[in-house]
Amino acid sequence: MSVGLPAYLAVAACLFTIGVLGIFVNRRNIIIVLMSIELILLAVNINLVAFSAFLHDVTGQIFAMFVLTVAAAEAAVGLAILVTFFRNRGDIAVDHANMMKG
Amino acid sequence: MDLSAIAFDILAAVMLFAGAAVITARNPVHSVLFLILAFFSGAGLFVLLSAEFLAMLLIVVYVGAVAVLFLFVVMMLDVDFVSLRSGFAQYLPIGLLVAGALLVEMIFVSGAVASSGAAAHAKPIAANAASNIEQIGQVLYTDYVYLFQAAGLVLLVAMIGAITLTLRHKPGVKRQSIADQTARSKKTGMAIIKVVTGKGIEE
Repeated sequence: MSVGLPAYLAVAACLFTIGVLGIFVNRRNIIIVLMSIELILLAVNINLVAFSAFLHDVTGQIFAMFVLTVAAAEAAVGLAILVTFFRNRGDIAVDHANMMKG
Repeated sequence: MDLSAIAFDILAAVMLFAGAAVITARNPVHSVLFLILAFFSGAGLFVLLSAEFLAMLLIVVYVGAVAVLFLFVVMMLDVDFVSLRSGFAQYLPIGLLVAGALLVEMIFVSGAVASSGAAAHAKPIAANAASNIEQIGQVLYTDYVYLFQAAGLVLLVAMIGAITLTLRHKPGVKRQSIADQTARSKKTGMAIIKVVTGKGIEE
């Protein structure tokens, strides 16, 4: 294998940046914001797995698994909140999300 | 340039393109499909790093469950997505500024770590070691067994949370109530009604 660690870290950094940019530019569309968070977590996982492979320590992959678990839970709860919000308001513009307060 | 380097270049390019398409696509359904493509390419990168188990997990959990969940929600919500893009150009300059600064910082830090950190000049895991899933199992079920159980609890709480958030009781739906049904007696369940000839009874 000739691809080094810096290449993996650079790709993960680029993907992380794309995710952050996605949160900025699609601020009003909560679905795209959730997808951007998934991209960020994928970038984190690539970093964890790359270090795990190059340091010969499988712990990084264990933590990548936990990140996957939390990401799945976050997507489920986030989409459930989104569906509830849509039912109450008829649209998903986050500007009015404060109406969900207790 | 060997085959794994070519595969890395293609997978990385496809993943970054798909990531950019996720945040710029006009149609959210296209965004979800590009998200699936990004996860597939990420799984390919994991395979290149000899993390086969996580690669398969990424495809099963993300493409099979999370992305399909996104797709369901996007198609279920009848939303005018064009109006939601109104802030796109407004937030683009500040977003590019922050993202550019972030990217430069992370490239510098990762370059420094990769050239002088603990992983400098390291070679990836040799192919003749124990299989990936065997290594993971030996660590996950011994050192991290409590964290493993806690991850299960996180999923349970997320499941209960999602159900309680979206479950609603419609009025008028008849449900089985065993206590009420067995408590029925002749007195509560029967009535003698005098029917007028030719009129019938009202419901």
